[in-house]
Amino acid sequence: MSVLLVLLLPLIATALVCLPFKKSWAAGVTVVFSLATLVLSARVAWLVSAGNLVTTDLSIGWLKWIAVDGLSALILLLIAFVATTAAIFSVGYMAHGNLKPGKLRLYYINYNLFVFSMLAIPVLAEPTLVWIVVELTTLCSALLVSFENTREALEAAWKYVVLSLMGAGMALFGFLVLFAAMQASGSNDAYTWNNLITAAPTMPPVLLQTAFLLILIGLGTKVGLVPMHTWLPDAHSQAPSPVCALLSGIETSAILYVILRLFPVLHASPNSHAETWALVLGLISVGTAAFLLLQVKDYKRLFAFSTVEHMGIILAAVGLGASVAGYSAMQQIVSHCVTKSFCFFAAGATLMTVGTREIAAVRGLIRKSPIVGAALVFGGLAITGAPPFAVFLSEFSILKAGLTQKEYVATALLAIFIVIAFFGIMLHINRMVFGARENETVAESPNDHSEPENKFHLPFSCQLALILAAIPVLVLGFYIPQPLHDLLTQAAAALTK
Amino acid sequence: MSDTTNQLLDNLNALATGLFLLTAFGIVAMRQARGVLNLFILQSLLLAASAALLGFRHHSEHLYGVALVNLISKPIIVPWLLRKTASAEIYTRREVDQVLNIPTALLIALGLAILSYFLAQPLLNAVAPEYRGPNVPIGIAGLLIGAFTLSVRREALPLLIGLLVMENGAFLAGISISRNLPLLVELAIATDGLIIVFISGVLIRAVQKHVGTTAVGELSSLKEATVEPMEKEGTK
Repeated sequence: MSVLLVLLLPLIATALVCLPFKKSWAAGVTVVFSLATLVLSARVAWLVSAGNLVTTDLSIGWLKWIAVDGLSALILLLIAFVATTAAIFSVGYMAHGNLKPGKLRLYYINYNLFVFSMLAIPVLAEPTLVWIVVELTTLCSALLVSFENTREALEAAWKYVVLSLMGAGMALFGFLVLFAAMQASGSNDAYTWNNLITAAPTMPPVLLQTAFLLILIGLGTKVGLVPMHTWLPDAHSQAPSPVCALLSGIETSAILYVILRLFPVLHASPNSHAETWALVLGLISVGTAAFLLLQVKDYKRLFAFSTVEHMGIILAAVGLGASVAGYSAMQQIVSHCVTKSFCFFAAGATLMTVGTREIAAVRGLIRKSPIVGAALVFGGLAITGAPPFAVFLSEFSILKAGLTQKEYVATALLAIFIVIAFFGIMLHINRMVFGARENETVAESPNDHSEPENKFHLPFSCQLALILAAIPVLVLGFYIPQPLHDLLTQAAAALTK
Repeated sequence: MSDTTNQLLDNLNALATGLFLLTAFGIVAMRQARGVLNLFILQSLLLAASAALLGFRHHSEHLYGVALVNLISKPIIVPWLLRKTASAEIYTRREVDQVLNIPTALLIALGLAILSYFLAQPLLNAVAPEYRGPNVPIGIAGLLIGAFTLSVRREALPLLIGLLVMENGAFLAGISISRNLPLLVELAIATDGLIIVFISGVLIRAVQKHVGTTAVGELSSLKEATVEPMEKEGTK
């Protein structure tokens, strides 16, 4: 039953947010409800990590298509986690903007609907229904991307909608072909992920391959795989920062999850090349993103490109062989999710402090606000895979898996790109946080003395969100708790079934 | 059912899908935004007709449901939603400076249609004979031509219609090869189409209000090389 509640809570929150009370009402409701969702998701994940398949035990309507296994539970938990920290961060971040109550309510309505649509992705087990909720995530988040109504935000939102829906059109055809493949195999079972695996050995390979490619390219657009990534840096940088944390931190992984669901199906079919496709597309994404990172001028785009890089790493890890690198890939999804959401909170705090997104305009952040500067450095180091953070551990184990698979070229390329991305990101962040202001060095202006006075104070809720998000980034760097380890093992098992 | 009836139904379906392809060409060639919308409505009616004919031919109530959903959602609700969300101005736009001139665009669309026949062949060989028909190649053609429309148009309404043509194409192919999908799913997909229209309508209106143009395809300030300098934000 708790699975059903997980889906219902954001909808109830949406309804409550609509009520015209004062400003803090919407924010409070969203925080409380997302916390409750997190607790329930953790409970579901706990049940699943013991090896159960959680369903609703109901067989009416679409309820019979709800089933949560290890892989779904992992994604569900991560979505609920980021939704909670982002809701806490939103409190201070949105209050900073001095919005009209109506506009703020609109933000929270969209926010809760967006969270609902994301939560539904891992919970549903019927591919076409999953396609529908994937499409819903685009539509619910489009108005969040365009929220600030500037020329750039509107352009980003429009690009986002058009390209994602274009991909969705292809993916829809892919899912219909997949259904045809299942029928052609003579199976009369319901169209679900598990039944697909059972039916896979007798499916006509051409239909299965076509469906896989259509879905890989169609949904890959939304994951941000190169060359379909062009919308991603725009949308993920123009949205309000808490939304960026959701978009970049977990939405991309949640869509990637749908693609990953197809791997066991292709495995069961003779001579499929799913791994090769994943490895090639993943490496191209990592490489392109690593070089594009170097020339970025906007620090939110910096983190957005880093998302393209990480999605590439996860896909490449699965491509290295799900049986060997599956666990590491799952670990990378977790560490990417917690770290990237932290990075966007830090970027949001920077934006609140300095009021500009331009890297060149931000210098000496550590002097203006020590906590924001420190957070940005922490986030930068953590996302680029410096030890002792979570990403380091997962990237390291992916490279190790690559070596055991004797994929030396791919592993070497992956390692080089990761190093390039490290320098790309840290170069920019180092200048922003510690760099001297250009006019400061040229002339000692009298402004210098007044600087300590206009120090910026980050709202408490933003600080809290930063701390909450930082805990897993740091802890998962050297210790994975037993229940999480079980869950990761279950998730990796679902990839190779 | 006798063979002649089946033959007749197959021919009628071929006619409907053929006309479907023609409307896709029309959407590529039409400059008037209003005309593009009308062609899209016509295309959705043809899709509904094809679904109904296939339903009758293969005794599937489920396909009648698809036909009904298409009959109600696209020709009636889509224009109504557009009127509610975006302003009437988008209908009056006439696209003079397309990226490609019309003969070139039509030639490319024709190439895509031929290509889709080749793409569909291996798929059709893999399914049972009763699933074969003109729907799959023409559906793929709709998908490709819709994507092509998206890349050459600049005005808001034709772009939105391009998206919906892609969906129509996927559907047209889908009703012939996977006709036993639960009706609930079809309903949800149709609802989804309406949300697409709603959200795009809202976005188009916002673009028009804040940027002052309906040529959303021409927005191009977000690029790696030229990130908006802050002075511009200040002067706004």
